[in-house]
Amino acid sequence: MANKKMTIIASKGTLDMAYPPLILATTAAAMDVDVTIFFTFYGLEMIKKGNADNLKVSPLGNPAMPMPVPIPTLVASLPGMESVATAMMKSMFSKHGVASIGQLLDLAKEAGVKLIACQMTMDVMGVKQSDIIDGVEFGGAATWMDLAADADINLFV
Amino acid sequence: MAADIKVDQTLDCKGMSCPLPILKTKKAVEALTKGQVLKVETTDAGSKNDMSSWAKRTGNEIMNVEEGSGTFTFYIKKTA
Repeated sequence: MANKKMTIIASKGTLDMAYPPLILATTAAAMDVDVTIFFTFYGLEMIKKGNADNLKVSPLGNPAMPMPVPIPTLVASLPGMESVATAMMKSMFSKHGVASIGQLLDLAKEAGVKLIACQMTMDVMGVKQSDIIDGVEFGGAATWMDLAADADINLFV
Repeated sequence: MAADIKVDQTLDCKGMSCPLPILKTKKAVEALTKGQVLKVETTDAGSKNDMSSWAKRTGNEIMNVEEGSGTFTFYIKKTA
């Protein structure tokens, strides 16, 4: 029986939103699904060299952000609050035995997940191919479309 | 019942959260030969459903599941 196929478009570059595509990709690969992740816009942050474990999360504009005490929006906008929120979320994840983004990315590569970086958004945002980790291919919308047309599952994150 | 099962390899996933128990189980089962049994211990409450979905999808067999106080023990036979 041929493997099922899945593609995921990863378009977000914050710490919290980097998790869903990588968790789903690694799990799918472990369940014998052929997976491709297409990194576009801010999703490129995950695959920039040395950047996977430096992603940040902001408490601004997210009323659902779990903070130890309620933080008024004005306070959330102060310098340093982003670092506080990021450190807090990282410690919550590690306390619960959740892998880091860098670990998940390595596990994805090891499991044969195909990684494609969007060349157009790289050009627009001044990202060079040499800025991207090894093992990533480069393509555009048509590259994803061709894979997606034959896939069983296509997700946009 | 589980005492009758001959275990070839043991995997400790206690304290790990989704998706690590599944990723490590997949790797460990791949290293076995067909017919061998992997014993996996987890504490992730989601792993009971996750493990059965994983086994169904990959064609491996969960021979037995034991639930202790906050721990789950799976006996997985490599059948795929």
